[in-house]
Amino acid sequence: MIFHPLGKYILLLRAVFRRPEKWNIYRKEIINEMVSIGVGSLGIIAIISVFLGAVTTVQTAFQLVSDFIPKSVIGMILRDSSILELSPTISAVVLAGKVGSSVASQIGTMRVTEQIDALEIMGINSPGYLILPKIIAAVTTIPLLVIISIGLCILGGYFAGTASEALTEQDFITGITTDFNPFTFTVCMVKAIIFAFIITSVSAYQGFYTSGGALEVGRSSTKAVVISCITILSADYVIAQLLL
Amino acid sequence: MIEIKNIHKTFGENHVLKGISAEFVEGKCNLIIGGSGSGKTTLLKCMVGLHEPEEGAVIYDGRDFTRMNFATRIEIRTEIGMLFQGSALFDSMNVEDNIIFPINMFTNQSSKEKLDRANFCLERVNLAGKNKLFPAELSGGMKKRVGIARAIAMNPKYLFVDEPNSGLDPKTAIVIDELIQEITTEYNTTTVIVTHDMNSVMGIGEKVIFLHDGQKWWEGTNKEIASTDNKELNEFVFASKFMQALQKK
Repeated sequence: MIFHPLGKYILLLRAVFRRPEKWNIYRKEIINEMVSIGVGSLGIIAIISVFLGAVTTVQTAFQLVSDFIPKSVIGMILRDSSILELSPTISAVVLAGKVGSSVASQIGTMRVTEQIDALEIMGINSPGYLILPKIIAAVTTIPLLVIISIGLCILGGYFAGTASEALTEQDFITGITTDFNPFTFTVCMVKAIIFAFIITSVSAYQGFYTSGGALEVGRSSTKAVVISCITILSADYVIAQLLL
Repeated sequence: MIEIKNIHKTFGENHVLKGISAEFVEGKCNLIIGGSGSGKTTLLKCMVGLHEPEEGAVIYDGRDFTRMNFATRIEIRTEIGMLFQGSALFDSMNVEDNIIFPINMFTNQSSKEKLDRANFCLERVNLAGKNKLFPAELSGGMKKRVGIARAIAMNPKYLFVDEPNSGLDPKTAIVIDELIQEITTEYNTTTVIVTHDMNSVMGIGEKVIFLHDGQKWWEGTNKEIASTDNKELNEFVFASKFMQALQKK
């Protein structure tokens, strides 16, 4: 049952990565998509990141009641969980909702209104023209969003920790600067790139094979978000298992 | 000239096209007519490669389109213009960008040349000066005309039109029909029109193919259609009270 859609997905990807008709037209589309995906998602990513950092700090402080554990550990835990899990994964799940649904409904609407057929008739490789710029834009801008998210997550944690007096400013700075393993950042970027690819390609697949009308476009959009989220979380586990 | 030979197409259990063969003449409006579900649009989509027929061949001036791969089909596709039932204009682009889109993709013309071509096509469909409007700002008739302008932007040898008059008032429908006929004569295109509008049939049907139950049931001209003794065709042609009244006269 899973093999038929999987095969269709792979064939679609093969068409996506066919040589573009004209690179300068694709370049314009990539820049438009970068603005839409990157700049358009900055606000939501900033808000969730600050709150994620704040909540993680407060809850970690609540659980670390032993006097044998220094308070600076809270900063270390916040730093590592932001880099390894919170920023890449939670951002990806949120972006699956925002970007994924938008990609699926945009391509789905083009399908049901025959705009994709019009591209095909003109001799244009429609999967390449519609999906490739979105994938390239996502795999370049989503890692940048994740880096911003890490910064804001730590900032949120700092404000929440010091405001609630769970730890001092000095403890927090000691915590986030002690025993930093740069490889965690590499894992974070690998996750961001893979999640970005999943969000755009899975959502584009759902939109591209929409048939029917407005109702089916809505269904495709919902399916795109659900399948992207499940795939992101599965990939998260696989990456963690393989790289850590 | 376009030739189709023994076209078969099925969707699951549903055998939609059952071995259709026909020739579509250059410089003329070739109409495919028939009731809903008779296979008209499926046949058109098989001809342009949006559907792959299980059997048969579509031959464009001796070139077998059905046996070609994606890369070689592009050569023929750049010679095809198509007007879709819902116009299929790109929502994110204005009228001018819609028209120059195929030119941008397949030629290296300068910006001025492209703009001149867009203006020429818009003038040809009586929409001069509407360059910067978006599809959402256009009426149904205007969308069709922009669709025609986009279809002729690359000087097509073959023009396909799917239900040109659906959703249009009778006066606008006649304007669109006349425009298609003028373009066909002017550019000497092989024009294939799918319709069930009898006004179009009587107005521009230089060659008419009637489909019934996925098969070619009748072939002739609009002058011959009123005098045929084909039962199914007569039921289709004289279904409306207006046509019945005409028949009695």
